[in-house]
Amino acid sequence: MSDITRAEVCIVACAEAFRGDGEILASPMGYISMMGARLARLTFEPLLAMSDGVATLTGFGRSEEGRLTQTAEGWIPYRTIFDMVWHGRRHVMMGASQIDRFGNQNISMVGDFAQPKAQLIGARGAPGNTINHRTSYWVPTHNPQVFVPAVDFVCGIGNDRARALGKAARFHHLHRVVTSLCVLDFETPEGSMRVRSLHPGVTLEEVKAATGFELAVAPDLAESRLPNEAELAIIRTTLDPKGFAAKELGA
Amino acid sequence: MADKRMTEEEVVAQLESGMTIGIGGWGSRRKPMSLVAAIARSGLRDLTIVSYGGPDLGLLCATGKVKRAIYGFVSLDTIPLEPHFRAARQKGAIEASEIDEGMLQWGLYAAALRLPFLPTRAGLGSDVMKVNPWLKTIASPYDADETLVAMPALHLDAALVHMNLADAQGNSAFLGPDPYFDDLFCMAAERRFVSCERIVSAAELATSPLQSLRVQRWMVDGVVEAPRGAHFTECLPDYGRDEAFMKEYAASAKSPEAWTAFYDRYIAVDHKGFLAAMEQRS
Repeated sequence: MSDITRAEVCIVACAEAFRGDGEILASPMGYISMMGARLARLTFEPLLAMSDGVATLTGFGRSEEGRLTQTAEGWIPYRTIFDMVWHGRRHVMMGASQIDRFGNQNISMVGDFAQPKAQLIGARGAPGNTINHRTSYWVPTHNPQVFVPAVDFVCGIGNDRARALGKAARFHHLHRVVTSLCVLDFETPEGSMRVRSLHPGVTLEEVKAATGFELAVAPDLAESRLPNEAELAIIRTTLDPKGFAAKELGA
Repeated sequence: MADKRMTEEEVVAQLESGMTIGIGGWGSRRKPMSLVAAIARSGLRDLTIVSYGGPDLGLLCATGKVKRAIYGFVSLDTIPLEPHFRAARQKGAIEASEIDEGMLQWGLYAAALRLPFLPTRAGLGSDVMKVNPWLKTIASPYDADETLVAMPALHLDAALVHMNLADAQGNSAFLGPDPYFDDLFCMAAERRFVSCERIVSAAELATSPLQSLRVQRWMVDGVVEAPRGAHFTECLPDYGRDEAFMKEYAASAKSPEAWTAFYDRYIAVDHKGFLAAMEQRS
């Protein structure tokens, strides 16, 4: 299986982020993140609940020919999603225009808030997501412009901010950051970002050079796992037969 | 029975400069664009716009109508960033009140229920609290260790929403997948205006699924029949988003000349003129 692509490794890494979640709403943002959640749903995490991206809670399966099947399971208009966010039975995997060492995330703007250099999409649901339930991030371009010492606007709150809030942040839980180069977690005493596994062919030096702050490194630093044969078949015939995932990585 | 039918221009005549106006829909989905365009070509100014923002906010920024925007995001969906809104922000032309999208719902709901605020965790620890000093926190009266955001009521002077069907009294149906927050916008507002694809008899409206009759006559002061009134945003199942037109709209942010050409062709004219321009285009 020497022809396994970086995009496929990233899909599996995103899928792994949802391992153990059980019967909760998985809300992936971004293409590879979505492929990952669907892969988890079709393999080791069959109880995950997922949206079709509009307002239908959708059961995903595979036909005999390997096509993706979708069956409506429920109605989840935006106000129901908001209820689920505050209820907490949800794991979101958001994007990040900037993210810092403690996982503070910015999707709002770059520069000064009164007159930004670049207005981005806005805080969206990031403040409410992060303080209410498990949050991971998917970053398709791991570079020092994204992984910054300090973000310009905190949308999703990081571990330092959550700690300062005390009891109010008891549902805050940053889980994984999956990037084009590696998988990170926050399993250090102060909740700072830590390299957990490197994608095949990536060195620790590369990751450090692509990151604008000091990273901790897991003592058992591993290689990100490859898709097995069954997963590879699902990715290539069912989830992403046209290979759009590679485009998200800029390949 | 009250006949609440009116035109876009009659709606605008009931609005005033300086008002706070809520606009229903979500991003580039089921936005009351014919009403928004009527405001864009009016003499109104210094408006505060409350919106799950899309081209409604962009168009009003491009025409200089906006003093302040209260929003969680502004997006055209398939084009992630709204170019006219970005331009206004990056010029420092508007006051931005950016909040979590769940806080926005809570603010509308508090206004709808005539409560001063509703508590939430959303926003705590984020810079939403820093750039919006008007947002306060409160200790739970049941547990002093539990701090929450007291999301204040977002009272609206007027609300504008677009539905698929309505009767002349204002009973309205959304026939697409999501009601968004249109009923809350109406309940949070002093004056409530619904545009719709078709005005039908009460008997015909009653054939719609019961749960689609979300906006009801007690929430509505005026009804405007505006076929393709949400264009170029989607209004399912009547029509999807007009992606080609949306690209033309986005491209109009590239130069003053491009904007003037777009404005003259599609916005300066009334809704009938707009439909005619669309006819010529296809």
